[in-house]
Amino acid sequence: MQNDSVGSRLGMWLFLFTELMLFGGLFLLYAVYSNRYPAEFSRASKELSTIMGSLNTVVLLTSSLFVVLAVAGIRNNKPRHTVAFLLATIACAGIFLGVKSVEWSEKYHHGLFPNTPTLLAKPKGEIVFFNLYFTITGLHAIHIIIGAIVLGIITWSVYSGKTSSNDYVSLENSGLYWHLVDLIWIYIFPLFYLVVP
Amino acid sequence: MTMESNHHLNFLAPQPDRSWLGSWIFSTDHKRIGILYLVAISTFFLVGLCLGLLMRLELIAPGGIIMGPQTYNALFTVHGVIMIFLVVIPSIPAVFGNMILPIQLGAKDVFFPRLNLLSWWLYMFGAGVAVISLFTGGGPPDTGWTFYVPFSTMTKSNTTLSVFGVFILGFSGILTGLNFITTVHRLKPSTTPWMKLPLFTWSLYFTAWIQVLVTPILAITLLLIILERVIGLGLFDPTKGGDPLLYQHLFWIYSHPAVYIMILPAMGVISEIVPVFARKPAFGYRAIVFSGFVIATAGSMVWAHHMFVAGISDTAVMVFSFLTFVVAIPSAIKVFNWTATLYKGSIYLGPPLLYALAFIFLFSLGGLQGLILGSAGTDMHVHDTYFVVGHFHYVVFGGAIFGFFAALHYWLPKMFGRLYNYEWATAALFLKFIGFNLLYFTMLIMGVQGMPRRYYDYLPEFQNLQVISTVGSWILAAGIIMMVINLFYGMRYGEKAGDNPWGGATLEWTVSSPPPAENFEGEPVLTRSPYDFKDIKAPHAE
Amino acid sequence: MTDNLNKSYMSYVFIWIILLCLTALTVFCSTLQLGHPAIWIALTIATIKGSLVLLFFMHLKDEQSFIKYAFLVALIVLAIFIGLTFFDVLYR
Repeated sequence: MQNDSVGSRLGMWLFLFTELMLFGGLFLLYAVYSNRYPAEFSRASKELSTIMGSLNTVVLLTSSLFVVLAVAGIRNNKPRHTVAFLLATIACAGIFLGVKSVEWSEKYHHGLFPNTPTLLAKPKGEIVFFNLYFTITGLHAIHIIIGAIVLGIITWSVYSGKTSSNDYVSLENSGLYWHLVDLIWIYIFPLFYLVVP
Repeated sequence: MTMESNHHLNFLAPQPDRSWLGSWIFSTDHKRIGILYLVAISTFFLVGLCLGLLMRLELIAPGGIIMGPQTYNALFTVHGVIMIFLVVIPSIPAVFGNMILPIQLGAKDVFFPRLNLLSWWLYMFGAGVAVISLFTGGGPPDTGWTFYVPFSTMTKSNTTLSVFGVFILGFSGILTGLNFITTVHRLKPSTTPWMKLPLFTWSLYFTAWIQVLVTPILAITLLLIILERVIGLGLFDPTKGGDPLLYQHLFWIYSHPAVYIMILPAMGVISEIVPVFARKPAFGYRAIVFSGFVIATAGSMVWAHHMFVAGISDTAVMVFSFLTFVVAIPSAIKVFNWTATLYKGSIYLGPPLLYALAFIFLFSLGGLQGLILGSAGTDMHVHDTYFVVGHFHYVVFGGAIFGFFAALHYWLPKMFGRLYNYEWATAALFLKFIGFNLLYFTMLIMGVQGMPRRYYDYLPEFQNLQVISTVGSWILAAGIIMMVINLFYGMRYGEKAGDNPWGGATLEWTVSSPPPAENFEGEPVLTRSPYDFKDIKAPHAE
Repeated sequence: MTDNLNKSYMSYVFIWIILLCLTALTVFCSTLQLGHPAIWIALTIATIKGSLVLLFFMHLKDEQSFIKYAFLVALIVLAIFIGLTFFDVLYR
């Protein structure tokens, strides 16, 4: 029964829909608040570093490439390629989280964090912007961590031969998860780093 | 050889290679998991029932009788949380969906059996967290089951933990839904056309879709409540630029479709029972399927009718009021189809059909009250009164839970292989029906007269109706106890049911009762439509 | 065999290059003072990038059509939720 990889992937896609809706609730809030406070949103977004944001976008897009190459590798019965690509993906996850933590701690040192006096002294629209920024990127970072752990397990499973060209749906599914995390970032990036009316 | 003989054992038979407890709580057999849910959900139902009875007892006279106001606030909150999240939402899908769906479909199990077991564990874990929240921190939550901001972010009661419990329960529901959708798509025998699936399967399929698509919205909303409480985030806090109404939007984006998560499976149960007991094909099979689809989609677009007096825009009031009226159409289609199925049928008034009829009556009443609430003008008058309380009990209790009772009486003989006493079942139903209407119809009247909901105390002029309502709660509880005893007794000592006690035509009636561990030998081939009763003898017809 | 492999590797690398170009484009657009349409341009580019990831990296183009439709359904549902909420917030 479990050998039906089409079914397993279907289950995974359904799970991805739930992830989409999870972030969707936050995007709904973003839509409403950015509509209410357009000027504040654009001013606040200037305090985020476009360079850092772009860098992380490139890192995540690259990690997505590595994942899809890993899947292509195992399809063509090259488990060693797959292991290498997966390790590269996990390295990208590490870089992403590193950049992210630099960003967060920089903000934190400027007193910009939910419920700090500095933040609360700002106009309301900017408070909302930063609250949304920390919530969405925080939730996203948690997904990156989970994804990296899952990919780590899969790497071991490929390395030890448990996941092979005969049955690699678990690799495909964790790859799908990783791509979705990337996909969400593709929207987070312009919405927070590039808002310029 | 041993493997071979195991196939024929029924799923309840002891498994000698495992401990008794282990053979249940670690079983991936969908039928055993169904029973696990049945035990857990029934227990929580009885707990919630007791809380409800205590509330009614407190309200038998104005002023404090057996508790203080804070306890009363905790009671209606915990009653709501238990009944909504632990009982009604999972009830039919988790118990009968698990038990029956794979067999009806012709499969050996659900598509992800281990995930199914995980769902049950998540359910128990979430329930455990919710229960722990009652006895730790600042005491049981007192926000009402809706956890509205700003109160839920400020109250000293232990709301954080109970919200977290509900968050976990959401995951359990999502995984069950995901599992059912995949099961229907991948394990439906290729010889079975979609339009020959039983209506119960269809209803679970649509329910699963709602669960998968809207539950995550609840999850993120609850997470934001936790973040507001723990780190003072403030996305719903006006002093920090937030908008509390957006909490209500997000909450009802989930919680209104949740009403359809509760009612659609019950409608599925009724759609199974009515044709079998009328010995006629379901009238308008396609219309019933299609109306299930319309309920699922339109029902997801009406949420703001809970917010008519909360300060949303007039435009939104008009739009959502209109959409609410639209949902009434598919619900009515189902009711018409059931009655049309009964028309000129060869009706046998067995207990399952009586329960189904009670469902149709109570649900229709509840639905009509919904129209009163859905039209903005009248809603202004009765909003947040007992009318609302009465209305949603007609729908959720009279609808979903009576549907659950109907399913119990219909499928219990299949699950345990024994019959219960029909006279007792009928008597219990009458008690419940009378008690139910005394309890909740009086609430409708009080609501129109202006009795606000969630109040600990009331003006003396309401006392007569409050007393009738409380007495109704006792009659209802007596009926439920009678039903539980009858079902328990029947399950253990009742007459053998045989494979097909009602003369049903769907696949679950072709296997033995209780079903064998593997359900079928090989892939079953459908020989008839689900409601084609030709040549099937109804045992009661003799 | 190896040729095939390299071909499929290269096709993914090609998509990746397009994605990087689109990222550069959206950053570039944000430096032009375009005013109100800027956000829609940014979202359009993001959607193109997202579609590339979905279709090629997530192999949605090779999936059974049911998953394609279901994905659309999920997006439409989210759009409806956001859209209907705006009946409230826009006219309040």
